[in-house]
Amino acid sequence: MSATYGYKRTVVGAHYGWRDFLVQRITAVLIGVFTLLVLCKLLFTSGPIGYDTWAGIFAPQWMKALTFSVIVAVIWHAWVGVCSVWYDYAKPAGLRLVLQALSIIWLVSCGGWAVQVLWRL
Amino acid sequence: MTQLAKKRPEFRNIHAFKDLPSYRWPLAALVSGMHRISGLILFLLLPFIIWLFDKSVSSEISFGSFTAAFTTGIGFVPAWFVKLVVLALIWSYLHHLAAGVRHLVLDVTHKTTKDFGRHSAAATLVFSIMLTVILGAKLFGLY
Repeated sequence: MSATYGYKRTVVGAHYGWRDFLVQRITAVLIGVFTLLVLCKLLFTSGPIGYDTWAGIFAPQWMKALTFSVIVAVIWHAWVGVCSVWYDYAKPAGLRLVLQALSIIWLVSCGGWAVQVLWRL
Repeated sequence: MTQLAKKRPEFRNIHAFKDLPSYRWPLAALVSGMHRISGLILFLLLPFIIWLFDKSVSSEISFGSFTAAFTTGIGFVPAWFVKLVVLALIWSYLHHLAAGVRHLVLDVTHKTTKDFGRHSAAATLVFSIMLTVILGAKLFGLY
């Protein structure tokens, strides 16, 4: 059996947390850039911000598409984050399983609602 | 293996009020702990965030109930409580964002010195707390 550790580590198969690590950062950057974008749009409007200005930000198709991917990013980011919380504190495996299942329902429901709001616009 | 595995100490911090005050908290540890707490707050408030999004963009009428949430409240929930929850939201988002940017900077630059850890943690706290105070004052109509 040849060594599979150190620089010869097997990098396929189990992901060694590498995928979660990357997902957490890529989704974070997307959410951050989106925050800046919406903030800039608000800061560079003159006068009070009413319904038309606010809803108008999300009206163009490209903005809807971008917001959609941000919704997916938030859900995915929250999943990775909350999972690590359950890993740390929820010790009996059964309890952790229940919490993870509830988190999935929570996050997917929220995502569905957000997409519905977005596509009604 | 004949030897029994030694029972290792466990630091789960489940008894938060007993465990957490017994630690020394360098700034970086404080930022890290608050990163987790703010993330959990955002996770739990997700339906409220989407409710705000829903009301604010759906129609003129729903925009009315969005602004009314801050002046007359939502149903039986008074406006001051709505504002308090929004303040928690503001702090959580700002802290989570700033601490996240700090993480990314550490990832990219590999500045893993004690000094940089402390200074960047201080900058994170100053940024998020100052902006929270400024926006919170606006939220509660102090200026």
